[in-house]
Amino acid sequence: MEGLREIAVWICLIAGGAFSVIGGIGLVRMPDFYTRSHAASITDTLGAGLILLGLGLHSGLNLITVKLVFIFLFLYITSPTAAHALVKAAYSKGLDAPDIEEATGAARAIRNEALAVSRKGRGH
Amino acid sequence: MNVFVISVVGILITMALALTRAFLGPTVFDRVLAANMFGTKTVLLIAVAGFLTGRPEWLDLAILYALMNFTGMIALLRFSKFANLASDEQLK
Amino acid sequence: MKRGLLLFVLLFVVWLLLSGHYTSPLMTYGALSCAGIVLLVRHLGILDEEALPVHLSLRWLVYAPWLMKEIVLSNIAVAKVILTPGLPIHPRMIRLTASQSSDVSRVIYANSITLTPGTVTLDVRGSEFLVHSLTSDSAEGLLSGEMDRRVSRVEGAASANGYFV
Repeated sequence: MEGLREIAVWICLIAGGAFSVIGGIGLVRMPDFYTRSHAASITDTLGAGLILLGLGLHSGLNLITVKLVFIFLFLYITSPTAAHALVKAAYSKGLDAPDIEEATGAARAIRNEALAVSRKGRGH
Repeated sequence: MNVFVISVVGILITMALALTRAFLGPTVFDRVLAANMFGTKTVLLIAVAGFLTGRPEWLDLAILYALMNFTGMIALLRFSKFANLASDEQLK
Repeated sequence: MKRGLLLFVLLFVVWLLLSGHYTSPLMTYGALSCAGIVLLVRHLGILDEEALPVHLSLRWLVYAPWLMKEIVLSNIAVAKVILTPGLPIHPRMIRLTASQSSDVSRVIYANSITLTPGTVTLDVRGSEFLVHSLTSDSAEGLLSGEMDRRVSRVEGAASANGYFV
């Protein structure tokens, strides 16, 4: 049992490190700002998540794990917020982005349905 | 070999890649993105290094750094948007 | 008042978990600082359902594991794209309409989109989201509307009238 946990810790820490390096490679390789932000979100989500999970498995159930959970929750709430604030600032400053597509076909149907639901929700 | 060392090396490589992007730019947003990623990796580095050296108390520093990183990032973006850190009302 | 008390209890629990010191003088300082924060928040006038979304039901517990699964899957997909030599990306900008009626649920939806690698929310105007996606697959996944339905389910019956009580 102890050996099994040790193996899980190894897998989590190595996979977490690997995912964050992949995100770093993406950050350097991607051609423009918006695509780079996707690469950065890899390191922020799975890279950080797996490393913290590995540390949590290593320490067992105590106050240290609680702190790891706090860091995890904090990162998972703030990293999309920061990413959104950043891309929104870039977009509103007029940084080149692909043209906006209008929804077609099935997507349009879903969109209309959603619009109807949200109107109904507001109507009450 | 200690597994934490592998993790630390991975995080350090990522930080180096983020720094590369921060130096290459080309826009200010790329640099801010890289700086934010560097900050997130610092949080993880402090946490893993704490376990590596057998001092998990360093997690408190990691929490503090996570808070500072987020606040600094939002402050920077507010500054780039309004050229002012005051509230919207004060600008009118 | 009820919210203030709830915030105090929450803050104090967090303080206890973070400090790990359970002697009476230190705990008094902790309680005092928590009370100070509650007073500060009240003074700022931000002690409302947005600061303390107690109305979100436990259906959240069903959504979180599904979101985790989505995050892992899309992480692997984007990691594959990054490691492929030709870098087969196809950036798209799509508009989405969120079917949620409350701001809190829209924030959850928008943040879930951003949290999933491959899609990032650029702008939110009312229930219209502007989303940048890395590949066609990630865009199609979003346009299928599954995440939207699941977030709506979290919102659930509590907001059938469009307001939280």
